Amino acid sequence: MFEWWEKLSAWLVFYQFGLEKGSPLGEAVHFFIYDTFKIYMLLVLIIFAVSFLRTYFNTEKVRVYLQGKSEFSGNILAALFGIITPFCSCSAIPLFLGFMQARIPMGITFSFLISAPLNNEIAIAMLFGLFGWKITALYIGFGLLVAIVGGFIIGKCKLEKYVLIPVTPMSGDLQEVQIRLHVKQRAKEAWVYTKDIFIKIYLYVLMGVGIGAFIHGYIPAEFIANYAGGDAWYAVPLAVVLGIPMYSNAAGVMPLVEVLTSKGMLLGSALSFMMAVTALSLPEAMILKRILHVKLIALFFGVVGFGILVVGYLFNAIL
Amino acid sequence: MKIEILGTGCAKCIALYENTKKAVAQKGVFAQIEKVEDIMKIMEYGVTSTPALVVDGKVLSSGKLLSAEEIEELF
Repeated sequence: MFEWWEKLSAWLVFYQFGLEKGSPLGEAVHFFIYDTFKIYMLLVLIIFAVSFLRTYFNTEKVRVYLQGKSEFSGNILAALFGIITPFCSCSAIPLFLGFMQARIPMGITFSFLISAPLNNEIAIAMLFGLFGWKITALYIGFGLLVAIVGGFIIGKCKLEKYVLIPVTPMSGDLQEVQIRLHVKQRAKEAWVYTKDIFIKIYLYVLMGVGIGAFIHGYIPAEFIANYAGGDAWYAVPLAVVLGIPMYSNAAGVMPLVEVLTSKGMLLGSALSFMMAVTALSLPEAMILKRILHVKLIALFFGVVGFGILVVGYLFNAIL
Repeated sequence: MKIEILGTGCAKCIALYENTKKAVAQKGVFAQIEKVEDIMKIMEYGVTSTPALVVDGKVLSSGKLLSAEEIEELF
């Protein structure tokens, strides 16, 4: 898809700038120019496409569909809805309480709360751009699995008493919310959203690619394989722990991970890292703390973290 | 006309409140604008994502930060 750009950027760097092909500086500059433009293009395209599709869904609709669903099939549905529904962790409280009001079991709500941030558009765009569609599909697939099983386990623990705000379940069924929008309006909305996100993350991407380019040009692969842990047992848990405080910088960290994997870091560790970045977000935990007991949040983090660990080891073993 | 902005105080909710004030001023209509920050009150409107815009008790938008121009078109 980007061969033309690979050639054009190589021509620019090696013929126009006169940098020597194969030299550390030449390779680093070529990598930087090639990767920055490629990631920017894919980010804009994918975020626009995803946010356009998502104008057709909202959490109010999801609540109508999930109402009255039994456990397990409800967990699967909730995790799937997490892919296509726009979700901001700032809405975690009304979502949680609103689902409870509609008598949706807590485990199903958690399946949604795990899946929605995991499948955020930035993560998907970065993965697709850097690792291709196969790895992206694996990420989404295993993310769904963690969301379904994790939500199911949390549901089975019967911890409803740890919700700190009394919720009166509503009687009767919900009506679907009707919001009619013209395709043009949806496109405009998606475009505005894409622009907002791009402005928020483009500097992080630039920095990430910059550091990545330096490693690409100057640091030999043996060094990474020896020190950044190829198959060391602690690579996956380390990736998860490092991922938790990185919630806002996923866009900047991913180019680094790409370089590290191309130089010998195992892909399972990389995927675990990405999942920890998106699914285990400290700000979301802080928001939920206002309505949930710490024990329940700890269980949520514990179950999801454990799921991510398993996925990481599994990947390292089979890929 | 009574306009309510539902939101628990996130940045987007405050921005929506400001945009609503602007929209009302630009259109020159008489309206009472109120911020609803109590989560229990917000739940009564049946929204699951904030910020939400409610006009005369009817939810017109949720989970979106609308611009002043978009809000003008709503009433």
